[in-house]
Amino acid sequence: MLDSTTIHMLVEGTGATLYMTLLSTFFGYVLGLPIGIILTITDKEGIKPNAVVYKILDFIVNILRSIPFLILLILLIPVTRFIVGKSYGVAATVVPLVFAAAPFIGRMVESSLKEVDKGVIEAAQSMGAGTMTIIWKVLLAEARTSLLVGLTIAIGTILGYSAMAGVVGGGGLGDIAIRYGYYRYQTNIMIITIVILVLLVQILQGIGMMVSKKLDRRQH
Amino acid sequence: MEPIIELTHVSKTFHAQNGEVEALKDISLSIEKGDIFGIIGLSGAGKSTLVRCLNLLEKPTSGEVIVNGNSLMSLSNKQLRKERQRIGMIFQHFNLLMQRTVLDNICFPLEIAGVKKSEARKRAMELLEVVNLSEKAKAYPAQLSGGQKQRVAIARVLATDPEILLCDEATSALDPQTTKSILSLLKEINEKRGITIVVITHEMAVVQEICSHVAVLDHGNLMETGSVEDLFRKPKTDAAKRLVLSGFAHIGEMKGERKVRVTFDGHTAFEPIIGNIILEYKTPINILYADTKTINGNAEGEMILQLPQNEEIADKIVSYFKEKNLGVEEVDDYAR
Repeated sequence: MLDSTTIHMLVEGTGATLYMTLLSTFFGYVLGLPIGIILTITDKEGIKPNAVVYKILDFIVNILRSIPFLILLILLIPVTRFIVGKSYGVAATVVPLVFAAAPFIGRMVESSLKEVDKGVIEAAQSMGAGTMTIIWKVLLAEARTSLLVGLTIAIGTILGYSAMAGVVGGGGLGDIAIRYGYYRYQTNIMIITIVILVLLVQILQGIGMMVSKKLDRRQH
Repeated sequence: MEPIIELTHVSKTFHAQNGEVEALKDISLSIEKGDIFGIIGLSGAGKSTLVRCLNLLEKPTSGEVIVNGNSLMSLSNKQLRKERQRIGMIFQHFNLLMQRTVLDNICFPLEIAGVKKSEARKRAMELLEVVNLSEKAKAYPAQLSGGQKQRVAIARVLATDPEILLCDEATSALDPQTTKSILSLLKEINEKRGITIVVITHEMAVVQEICSHVAVLDHGNLMETGSVEDLFRKPKTDAAKRLVLSGFAHIGEMKGERKVRVTFDGHTAFEPIIGNIILEYKTPINILYADTKTINGNAEGEMILQLPQNEEIADKIVSYFKEKNLGVEEVDDYAR
């Protein structure tokens, strides 16, 4: 049914999708994790309340979160060109993906960290723990299960976004689905890409949930 | 004896959405070294705020807090963190790190203090022995009972060899049996290690059990301080009296064997007969059963009462009912 060039293309597309997804998730966390931490500790209930910092960051995150990804993709073309050198292709898709993912990841990190029992934080303070110790050894350590669930959700979402980048020639499975499935009416290729995408999400989700469960010590 | 904790004119005002709340009003207090000092008050009295002023988890709005000879408010952040290592605190809900083993929980304050890992583990194992939980070293807090969790918290707080131990309602989430064992552990710690203990509680029983001195707090005001004996014998303020009386809430199980069935009609229903009996004979009566029925258009009530063990009083109660023209008959086959 499929010739070797098509198979080769699909394998390469899967690789490109995974590459975009994982790279964007990584950089998404490089930006999003500090955003989430700062939002948590500068909140008025946090360990370093700071209304100005919180409000500014909160505003930026909300703005970025409310722009639909497809629009952000186009809006960021000059920025992408500046960073990567061109506005299409796999590497170029990573830039808008990171911009879309970081605020979203920041919010998820914030909500995970805010789940940590205030009493435990207070106990750490009573022992003389400083801000950095509390962030590392209390907030991030105690919220690790929730953070990993968040990571799993983030990967799934970014994978979905990366397929959208196909519209502007972003590469990967989404790109193949649009070019072959939509423009050339090759429904079979469209269906195969969908199956691969579903499988990828399932596998990543499964691994994420398994690891987070394994690391959770709150149950017997 | 010199005071190890001194509060002078400490006030704390919270700015809530609907105005200001004065949690503490001009509190001056001194606690002596080696003491077990109780701070008692009903909920909302300001106890938790007060105890948090002793390690500056809450910053007083005004006044001075002197602990171990240092004025805490004048310390830098770094000095304050150092000082907090000498002021341990345990909590009502234990506040253990849920993702760490028991052993690693006890190592936590040592990590903060910068103690080497191997040394910290050794010290943690020793402390687990002190609190009788050596076999739980590798367990996680979720696998422990409330009493065990509080023991871990106590071991954790002892890790840095504090001079002072603050207990914020440390036994309020525990059953009476466990409360007793935790209190005796605290007493032992106080005696063996000479650690000054400040106990925050709403239960007079806790104060009576372990404290030598006590302060009564009511609506942010310090009502009175003194030895526990003095408070118990002659409480000076209303707040103190109320707290002392609340200690008698447990009257214990009724032991009397005699039961009577009392019947009454609508006319006597307005007289507080049971209440009068309790007041008159200063003894509890147990109502086992009560009902009202309409018989031939009249309200008829019946009650089955368990009389006190004292035969003389029981007889008097029966004759009291007869005097009031109520129907009384002894029943002995009423099962609870």
